[in-house]
Amino acid sequence: MANSTLLPSGDFRTSYAVDTTVFPTTTSRNFAILGVILICFAPLVLGNYWLSILIQIGIFGIAALGLNILVGFTGQISIGHAAFFLFGAFTSAYLSNNTPIPVFFAIPLAGVVTAVVGLIFGIPAARLKGLYLVIATLAAQYILLDFFSRAEWFSGGSVPAMAEPFSIFGYVLRGDRQYFYVVLAYVVVSYLLVTNLMRTRDGRALVAVRDHYLSAEIMGINLTKYRTLSFGLAAFFAGIAGALYAHYQLVVSNEGFGIERSILFLAMVIIGGTGSIMGTLMGTAFVVLVPEAMEWISMELKGGALDKALALNNNLTFLREIAIGVIIIAFLVFEPDGLAHRWRQIKAYWKLYPFSH
Amino acid sequence: MNTNLLIQLLVNGLVVGTLYGVVAMSFVLIYKATQVVNFAQGELLLIGAWVCWMLLTKYHVPFWLGMPMTLAFMFVFGILIQVIILRPMIGEPIISVIMVTIALSTVFQAALKWIYGVNPQPFPQVFTSQSLTIGSLQIQTVYVMSLIVSLAMMVGMAWFFKVSKWGLAMRATAFNQQVAQSLGISVKTVFAMAWAISAMVSAVAGIVVAVVNGVSQGLSIYGIKVFPAVILGGLDSIGGAVIGGVIIGLLENFAQFIDSEYLHWGNLYEIAPFYVLIVILMIKPYGLFGTKDIERI
Repeated sequence: MANSTLLPSGDFRTSYAVDTTVFPTTTSRNFAILGVILICFAPLVLGNYWLSILIQIGIFGIAALGLNILVGFTGQISIGHAAFFLFGAFTSAYLSNNTPIPVFFAIPLAGVVTAVVGLIFGIPAARLKGLYLVIATLAAQYILLDFFSRAEWFSGGSVPAMAEPFSIFGYVLRGDRQYFYVVLAYVVVSYLLVTNLMRTRDGRALVAVRDHYLSAEIMGINLTKYRTLSFGLAAFFAGIAGALYAHYQLVVSNEGFGIERSILFLAMVIIGGTGSIMGTLMGTAFVVLVPEAMEWISMELKGGALDKALALNNNLTFLREIAIGVIIIAFLVFEPDGLAHRWRQIKAYWKLYPFSH
Repeated sequence: MNTNLLIQLLVNGLVVGTLYGVVAMSFVLIYKATQVVNFAQGELLLIGAWVCWMLLTKYHVPFWLGMPMTLAFMFVFGILIQVIILRPMIGEPIISVIMVTIALSTVFQAALKWIYGVNPQPFPQVFTSQSLTIGSLQIQTVYVMSLIVSLAMMVGMAWFFKVSKWGLAMRATAFNQQVAQSLGISVKTVFAMAWAISAMVSAVAGIVVAVVNGVSQGLSIYGIKVFPAVILGGLDSIGGAVIGGVIIGLLENFAQFIDSEYLHWGNLYEIAPFYVLIVILMIKPYGLFGTKDIERI
């Protein structure tokens, strides 16, 4: 979408259909399909540690995708995304435990319920500018987390809620190896869905609202409707991702889903590139891997002089938070288009190599 | 109905509310002057409190010297944040600026935990703690001190904006940056000053809370409670921020009263301001004193 400046010369698009195509050439489509097929073999090759990281990237990637619809395409911010994520997790756990609905249907249903709850918080803000949605979602974050710790019938209160394992046609999927395919299927479907959404009138309307809301309104786009819609979509994907997370961990608790987690989701979107769909996945991978990388580095430094001087190992959690914050600021100041932009530049460089001019 | 408890809580609410008002005032100062929604306001409080605590306990500086030193530090610190981090963001979409301040608050909070640890620390005794008894009410002198300091800062702020040259320059910049610049006001300096003053005022509030309750990471919640206050008062009204702060403080404590007497839900106190926030956004989004946005094409 934003890559028009990096088109090779001589590539003139003559129809609208060609311009909005997902894969510009057959080769690129084949590569994408090949990539998905290759990833299908990952559980056979990778160890449990890497597999769990891939699953995390997949689950958080779906939630970040929802946030990117809101931040990247509609130009609004939410800092209550973690609360909606958790709401999806609790809803799915509740549905699969207390109703005859199987897990297979509970996950999308959790997405729908979360979207409805998201809309309740989104409606007052949708009438106003982006600033007010930030504050409304801040309230949502606190109100929802308070609700989870209070509502024992729903979330177990202070006791973590149990979630049933994922099953399909009576066959129960257990362990990372099998669950990986569930997450992969959800990632592929949701990324395709959003990519296609951006090719429709509704998707273009969202971008128009972001770029110039007054012009958009003059052209007949209902601002309130599209702001609300994008907020609902964001909550929907957060709910789906949360539900997937619940049936992966098999236990859901309030722990670790405070406002810091919401900021992490924002970091994924910013680092990946606001308004870039594939960038979201890159950003998620980056944010998931940074703490792991810091863990490896601190293991290397353990016992060394630097470690003793600064007590790095004992304060690793804080250092991670600092790193994430600094990375967000650095990306916003130096690379506002995120990793997706960098990736496009790398591709453009190699396309013309060695004659870059 | 327990009248005594109610009055006690309302007095608490007034004290906490004026502090909210002070923090909200410094939040609105930054918003008005530089159009930045500062999510790191609570961290400014926290930094001020920790720095003062460190001076007093680690270096044994007397309070009358430690306080001005802290304020001087916060003055420089505020300018540095503005110049290094927020100045490059001028002209960027408001969304990016908000995200920068959110990231800043993460960095500050984690860094403070790294430096000072996660445990709350008692503040050295500055005033001999006594309690006044008015009728059947017990009021601690620190509360009175807190109330006086808050009111003094509000009066000081009002004087600053109404009378002083800098305040006038700031109001002019808030009104229209281009016009202000053409009249010879350095908008850059005004932006830096707004941050410096806001950091200083927040630090004073931080120290006051620290004197009463000790220093802990929980102080940064004041930065979050600011949002209900400023939305209630109107985002761009300094007077509104003060009134909003006091109302939120009273309301919090009133919620606690209702909770402890009738509902028994527990921690309604903490969450009530956010319900209020949602309701205000629904019925009166520009607050009590905020300017309504009228779009002109």
